[in-house]
Amino acid sequence: MAGAPSNLAAAARQGSPPPPSHPAVRRILVGVTAAFLTLFILIPAVNVFAQALAKGVHAYAAVFYVQAPAAQAKLSLSERRHLAAARSQAEKTRHAIRLTLAVASIVVPLNVVFGLAAAWAVTKFRFKGRSLLISLIDLPFSVSPVIAGLIFVLLLGRNGLLGSWAMGWTWPDPFSLHWRGFAGGWWPLTFTQSYTGVIFTPLAIVLASIFVTFPFVARALIPLMENQGSDEEVAALSLGASGWRTFWKVTLPNVKWALLYGIILCTARAFGEFGAVSVVSGHIDSNDTMPLRIEKLWNEYNNQAAFTVASLLTLLAAVTLIIQLIIERKAGKAGAGIEGEGGQT
Amino acid sequence: MSGTITARDLPPAPAPRMFGRPPRPSRLIPGLPLTLGYTLFYLSALVLIPLAGLVLKTAQLTWEEFWQTVTDPVVLASFELTFGASAAAAAVNGVFGLIAAWVLVREPFPGRRLFDALIDFPFALPTAVAGLTFSQLYLPDGWIGGLGRHLTQAINRLCGLAGFEPALSDDALSWLTFPFTNTNAGIVIVLIFVGLPFVVRTVQPVLRDWDPEYEHAALSLGASRWMVMRRVVFPELFPAWLSGLALAFARAIGEYGSVIFIAGNIPGKSQIAPVQIVTKLDDFRYAQATAIGAVLLALSLLILLAINGLEWWARRHER
Repeated sequence: MAGAPSNLAAAARQGSPPPPSHPAVRRILVGVTAAFLTLFILIPAVNVFAQALAKGVHAYAAVFYVQAPAAQAKLSLSERRHLAAARSQAEKTRHAIRLTLAVASIVVPLNVVFGLAAAWAVTKFRFKGRSLLISLIDLPFSVSPVIAGLIFVLLLGRNGLLGSWAMGWTWPDPFSLHWRGFAGGWWPLTFTQSYTGVIFTPLAIVLASIFVTFPFVARALIPLMENQGSDEEVAALSLGASGWRTFWKVTLPNVKWALLYGIILCTARAFGEFGAVSVVSGHIDSNDTMPLRIEKLWNEYNNQAAFTVASLLTLLAAVTLIIQLIIERKAGKAGAGIEGEGGQT
Repeated sequence: MSGTITARDLPPAPAPRMFGRPPRPSRLIPGLPLTLGYTLFYLSALVLIPLAGLVLKTAQLTWEEFWQTVTDPVVLASFELTFGASAAAAAVNGVFGLIAAWVLVREPFPGRRLFDALIDFPFALPTAVAGLTFSQLYLPDGWIGGLGRHLTQAINRLCGLAGFEPALSDDALSWLTFPFTNTNAGIVIVLIFVGLPFVVRTVQPVLRDWDPEYEHAALSLGASRWMVMRRVVFPELFPAWLSGLALAFARAIGEYGSVIFIAGNIPGKSQIAPVQIVTKLDDFRYAQATAIGAVLLALSLLILLAINGLEWWARRHER
């Protein structure tokens, strides 16, 4: 994933240019590579947008929002039914987008705090079991996402190890917050809905998403902080700065690009996770995130709608790649190495 | 998993330390109890305890139960398919990934930067989207699945424009269909997609740091180009290449999101092991799901261990 800078570094180290390949061989190799990448990456990516827009821009927008009929509109019964169905589908899709955003907004900050704490502990100190700890942080990358879901079902499900404790727990649905007024007491806000237990609720989706996005931030930070050492922190501390101040003013500015890189990867994965989330969602409509919504639409033979939701995630992936490239260039200029890695989805 | 950048790939450190190992970090730095405590708490609560739960649940199964589940013909078939398809996908990636890495480093061509950036796309794209778009592409009305029909129509339209009779009958190119959806070829195709970046991204940095002096030397001694590739370049790339292959294979074994879209998911025929787990869970057969999950987890950890051993061996080999 190293960009141009290491190219330059390598070129500077090497005296002569590499021997050129035979022109015919060269043409074949380039052709094979271009064909392979076109067939396996470019065409599938373009296909998402082509299918999403196959029925035009109006159909694209209708996946997210269908206007209610005017009160005086003369519609036949079947038209009304059709419209009502389309409206409920659009509402489900909007709910999936809201839930995905909500889950990511919980998961990403938690993993950022963890990543920073873990990177600090692992790179600024030497202790027994340090390399074991680093390997354990990477562990979720080598676990199949289905198993990531399975372990939470086995732990917190009805027959799970902590099941009886978890199932006895009732908690309010944050989306159902509503204004009650002051008639019922001094506190005007209440929740109209609540959940019981953890599995098959949005909380389980949060847990599963944390598990699969667990290593991203820590992984982005650890190699860089290891490489930078702690001389600058020691200087700041010996000049009398407090630990927190050193962290905010010295460490954080030094690792900001790597941190951003980790956050981007973590966010992309939190939006796109399918397997783990699917297992703990119980296939309940109100637990659908965007990838789960795509699967349901596809299974309902609503291809255009499935591709429309997918096009949002593809755009997100494209933006992720572009930001990644920009960060790599910036970090390269700052003389920092960034390591990237994809896990399983 | 492995780093995609070796230490050699990093720019030289600004102030090189002259002797021995880097100094131990100063005792001045605060925060060990807080950060280490929080790290251990968070790691245990969200990763270690849930994973230990799986082990504990497996230990609660009787040996009979475990063995019956794992040796059930349907389950065995799913393991066979998982391994077969993952190995096939890793092999394809091994060949084309190596070629792609070589071309992206050594053969400049217009559009190289675009293709280089595209390599990371399978990491960034949610697998559900990958599964969706691949299954549609290979359907009869998709771009690739309907290639024969599209070509027939295009050729006949051209004939019409030129004033000839249509040259092809409607089903003349029907052999150009790709009956991939609902067969296991589709599974291999999506696994190629999800594993594609691993080989390229592990081989690329090694190739970039490779000093072509050795190639010049071998060529000047009379070796053919092919011999240089086989005897000089490839042995240098081999550890990284093998590590990339193993990563792609490990990734493919656990893959679920994309496969569920394109596979037929018929038990015993086109159902991979993760789908087996989900099926058992949906039927509330937790014991069986646990047993299959434990086997799959143990296998992934074994592969992880093998990759780490491989990297350790490569580093030793280097010095």
